Amino acid sequence: MHRLLRILVAGSILWSLPAHGAELRIGLAADVTSMDPHFLGIAPNINMAWHVFDALTHVDEDARLIPGLAVSWRAVDATTWEFRLRRGVRFHDGTELTAEDVVFSIERTFQVPNGQFRTFTQRIVGKEALDAHTLRLKTATPYAMVPYDLNSVFIVSRKAAARSGPEDFDSGKAMIGTGPFRFVRFARGDRVELARNDDYWGAQGGKSAAWEKVTFRIVPTDPARLAGLLSGDLDAIEQVPTADLPRIRRDARLQTAQKVSWRTIFFHLDQQHDRAPGLADKAGRSLARNPFRDLRVRRALSKAINRQAISERLMDGAALPASNLVSPPVFGYAPDLKPEPYDPDGAKRLLAEAGYPDGFAMTLSATNNRYVNDEQIAQAVAQMLARVGVRARVEVFPINAYLPKARKHEFAFAMLGWGSFSGDLALRTLVATPNPERGFGAWNWSGYSNPKVDELLERGFASVDEKRREALAREAMRLAMRDYAVIPLHHQIATWAMRKPLAYAPRTDEFTFAHRFQAR
Amino acid sequence: MLSHIVRRVLQSFGVLAVMSLLVFAAVYAVGNPMDILVNPQSDQDEIARATAALGLDRPLLEQYFIFIKHASTGDLGRSFAFNVPAIGLILERMPATLELATAAMLIAVLLGIPLGLWAGLKPRSAAGRTIMAGSILGFSLPTFWVGLMLIMVFSVWLGWLPTSGRGSTTNLIGIPVSFLTLEGLRHLALPAANLALFNVSLLIRLTRSGTREALQQDYVRFARAKGLTETRIVGVHVLRNVLVPVVTVAGVEFGSVIAFAVVTESIFAWPGMGKLLIDSINVLDRPVIVGYLCIVVTLFVAINLFVDLLYSWLDPRVRPGEAR
Repeated sequence: MHRLLRILVAGSILWSLPAHGAELRIGLAADVTSMDPHFLGIAPNINMAWHVFDALTHVDEDARLIPGLAVSWRAVDATTWEFRLRRGVRFHDGTELTAEDVVFSIERTFQVPNGQFRTFTQRIVGKEALDAHTLRLKTATPYAMVPYDLNSVFIVSRKAAARSGPEDFDSGKAMIGTGPFRFVRFARGDRVELARNDDYWGAQGGKSAAWEKVTFRIVPTDPARLAGLLSGDLDAIEQVPTADLPRIRRDARLQTAQKVSWRTIFFHLDQQHDRAPGLADKAGRSLARNPFRDLRVRRALSKAINRQAISERLMDGAALPASNLVSPPVFGYAPDLKPEPYDPDGAKRLLAEAGYPDGFAMTLSATNNRYVNDEQIAQAVAQMLARVGVRARVEVFPINAYLPKARKHEFAFAMLGWGSFSGDLALRTLVATPNPERGFGAWNWSGYSNPKVDELLERGFASVDEKRREALAREAMRLAMRDYAVIPLHHQIATWAMRKPLAYAPRTDEFTFAHRFQAR
Repeated sequence: MLSHIVRRVLQSFGVLAVMSLLVFAAVYAVGNPMDILVNPQSDQDEIARATAALGLDRPLLEQYFIFIKHASTGDLGRSFAFNVPAIGLILERMPATLELATAAMLIAVLLGIPLGLWAGLKPRSAAGRTIMAGSILGFSLPTFWVGLMLIMVFSVWLGWLPTSGRGSTTNLIGIPVSFLTLEGLRHLALPAANLALFNVSLLIRLTRSGTREALQQDYVRFARAKGLTETRIVGVHVLRNVLVPVVTVAGVEFGSVIAFAVVTESIFAWPGMGKLLIDSINVLDRPVIVGYLCIVVTLFVAINLFVDLLYSWLDPRVRPGEAR
């Protein structure tokens, strides 16, 4: 019996040793639905596409635009952009990248059935390849965001992807890109296997990655993903649950990497309607006016929230109190805005001034499966509001039921999280006056409308001078935040955990890139 | 016998129609899938365009009739999230679930029946009592928790088995299976054990009570009086009678194991149909949800039919055509 046990224990040690050095096994938190890089614009799919494909423009770890397949770009005139392609870039099948592949990729975004990437290409009205490595793109009206939008358009090989459907990408037939990894295998719901591209243009003579082989395992259940790391099935995992952070830090075999994410958590307050669902006085009678339309009430609610306590205790330090709609490294962040200090007495005074000395009752809506600790945050905020006399009833929904309700304006005070690689893009979607023709305010659940903010954004998007655009974006951010268009809560801090001696260079866009893991 | 089968098949079509309408309406009531699936950066026009492209802006009944029209030709629609035909998606995942469910039922039968028999034959022995106590645990512990404990003990502490996933598969007549390699079996072991636990307990209890009942029967006493060996009494006379209800329950349970493998598949990241269903519900991927349920209902009907046939073979008294 003892001998048997010894054999088993010895066997277990053999099994738990990390696999040979050239292979990396990463546990992903969300399912990759398709390999087609022009189909769904959801993070897991995009994360995978970045391994096999490139775009004309890339973003660095702070979400700032840097050259990708294009070495440079400039505005020839107000409606024409010229991109110079990198020379000598080869697809995985050996053919050279030319402007034709770029034109084909832009056109393909319109042809994929139910594809969602036309959002980034629909403003381009003309495409002209001046030569094999120079491309001119025209827009109907001045539009500064073309280089940003093209960061979302993956360049596929025209030769491999012509007349191919989503199935050809899933099978690998059309999975020919220029990225740091070649596609090997996609087992839906289970794993994606990649192999290093030794001819990667970004490697500059060296190796594109420390790993010859990479396996992404899809393990959405948090405890199972962590168990995979602890047992040695996985070398690294993303989205570490905050509650497990202390335990991982105590474990000598593991280490973590953290970076402030571009995802900001905030509350939308209905400022549009005279009556909003769930608003009442404490006896349950409906209110004569919607209190959220009063700036003093919005400020009072913001002052009532103890952001420091939420970030430090509820999030175990994995959050940064927010004053902006985008996090500090991101373009357009206004550094002069400071997070609202916790001031319950000031909040009470403001509420009394606004005519609510006894507070009121409201419903606080939130998700329970989308953002880190979302439901607990909602509960904590409700308790903080209770301290200044506002009785908030918390109702939570899974994201699939939550978003449709929010779009139908069924929430008066609702949590949302947003990641954007520039402040003006976030403002355009979240607080600009809703206007379908210009694509403004698609997620403006507050119904906030400030012509001055709209105008600053318009001017910024029409300006091809980045410095000026950033100044305008900051000004718009200041205006919207001083109006409490929304109440910002915190920026999430993304966490990766890995077995030593691995190290990860984290990114603010939360992507998990195999080529950013190193064995130290 | 034939008319019996025909009647059952017709009934199942009715069930399918009612079920699909209910599911259709329920998913419709939750909301527009495009609100979740659309790229967050897209504007209102894009959301409206995507919604219209999938026909989701039309009235519920119209959408349902379009679905029925296509379904009658075997086309259950394209998945909103995967952009491939729903039926293919489900069938692609089916072998993983069937393999897991079969392994779980095998474990349940191979452990549950002998243990139940033992507990029934020697109810007052220490072993008998231990088996019964264990079966209570198997009944009452939640699958989710047991799954995590199995991972903690066997993968994290002991390091014997992998934590999750299916590992590499080999092709058996074109179907990917895990059970042919040691690697695959190691991946299969924990999820199958987790899924089997409830049914092991169920079969222990059924077999035990069946055995105790049978032992009191006249035919057993008569067999004893005739001087038959204990092995023959238990192995033939008792077991055969005990097996009739056990087969029925095991059959029905096989259906449930397939349908409710969801929890186990989620914990162990097993790429089966159940996990596909959960993922699809999360994004309101209606073609997959409806398709999955249609297939599961069909499976249930088929299994029940098979159980009926097996039942009549085990117990001649219930042969439908031969009732006197």
